[in-house]
Amino acid sequence: MIAFAKSVVVFVALLLMVAYLTLLERKVVARIQLRVGPTRVGPAGLLQPIADGIKLLLKEDIVPSEADRHIFVLAPALSFAAAFAAFAVIPFGGEIQMFGRKMSLAIADVNIGVLYVFAISSLGVYGIIFGAWSSNSKYPLIGGLRAAAQMVSYELCLAFSVIGVLMITRSLSLSDVVDGQSRVWFAILQPVGFLVFLIASFAEVNRLPFDLPEAENELVGGFHTEYSSMKFAMFFLGEYGNMITASAMITTLYLGGWRGPFLPSVVWFLIKIFVLLFLFVWVRGTLPRFRYDQLMRFGWKVLLPISIANILGTGVVLAMMD
Amino acid sequence: METLLAILRGLWLTLRHFFRRPITVFYPEKKRSVSPRFRGLHSLALDEEGFEKCVGCGLCAKICPSDAIEVEAEENTETERHSRGERYASHYVLDIGRCIFCGYCVDACPTEALSMTPRYEMADYERDVFLYTKSRLLPEKDNRIQKRRESV
Repeated sequence: MIAFAKSVVVFVALLLMVAYLTLLERKVVARIQLRVGPTRVGPAGLLQPIADGIKLLLKEDIVPSEADRHIFVLAPALSFAAAFAAFAVIPFGGEIQMFGRKMSLAIADVNIGVLYVFAISSLGVYGIIFGAWSSNSKYPLIGGLRAAAQMVSYELCLAFSVIGVLMITRSLSLSDVVDGQSRVWFAILQPVGFLVFLIASFAEVNRLPFDLPEAENELVGGFHTEYSSMKFAMFFLGEYGNMITASAMITTLYLGGWRGPFLPSVVWFLIKIFVLLFLFVWVRGTLPRFRYDQLMRFGWKVLLPISIANILGTGVVLAMMD
Repeated sequence: METLLAILRGLWLTLRHFFRRPITVFYPEKKRSVSPRFRGLHSLALDEEGFEKCVGCGLCAKICPSDAIEVEAEENTETERHSRGERYASHYVLDIGRCIFCGYCVDACPTEALSMTPRYEMADYERDVFLYTKSRLLPEKDNRIQKRRESV
């Protein structure tokens, strides 16, 4: 019952964050380009996400006649669900007293939390590939193939860079990972792993400079070219949800999770997520897109060797300390 | 390593821009002033005695690359005199929807009757409104279509 209530609260909070993340992105990118972004809907454009939502809901929903209907409908739902399901194991706060009972601020404390998050987040790729394949159209197909290749390459780096952290904590549970950082953040103990994880996260959530599956100027939107109305919005929500999940994962694994002085734990967690989300948007406003061969070369020839070297280095240091 | 530095420099640049003032002009509320030679909506001129400078020669219509101007001329009579020349434009229509604002018509005009004003807000909901007749292009005459629209 409590788990259910926590899920509902987290889900609604995530949806709200996603909605306002779109506004934040538009505002920040606009300011980087010396524009002002949305200002007309509500005070300072604060109602813009709501207007966007209403607009997307009321748009005509088109399913192309050549599309594989069932998979075409399933794909955005999968992409959306995967983005949000990963949040289930992330501890967003310490223990609190509520209604006379002790409550841990995580929906579930699974002892294989890290594995769960990786499993779920790689499911998200299926949403993209299904959508691309079932559209039965060239551009989405190319986008989908790119997504598949990119995810396979970068998920590897993601997993390898995390191993360094897991070697220190000796546990796959995310709450243990947070507890392990009560003195020093793992970003300081594992600077190389942190950097690799950060870069691979950008690739994992299809954000610039790794947004090749979308590549609007060459692929007309990539995997979601044929999507419209709320199905398109589901992909969109999934992408932004992924951004939040990725930020939460980086926070939990490397930036001390919800730990921090003075302020309540949830607030610290939100502040760290916000900083990372700002970084996502900031990088988008700065870097151009990789070329496809550059992306592959960078993933396999730079990031992967570095992450493996990081595991070896961590192992040597840990062995010497023992 | 060099690429990493380049990325950091890029991030620093965009961060500086983030804290600069946006250069956006909030258009309908605030308007930028236009340059003195701005080519906006045309106008036809009267001379000091109130005669139309246009003599209906049709050179503006001839030179117009998008065929936006229609001119028909008639002889001035003793009782009804519109211009100081022999003829005047009895029918003059400028289709602003076709006009590309190149200004050739102004250059071509032998009597300097035609000129361009800085007015650029000409959007409307009806095509009729884009047809600027002589009465709407001349100064201080009734803007009849405008009046008609207001009375409805």
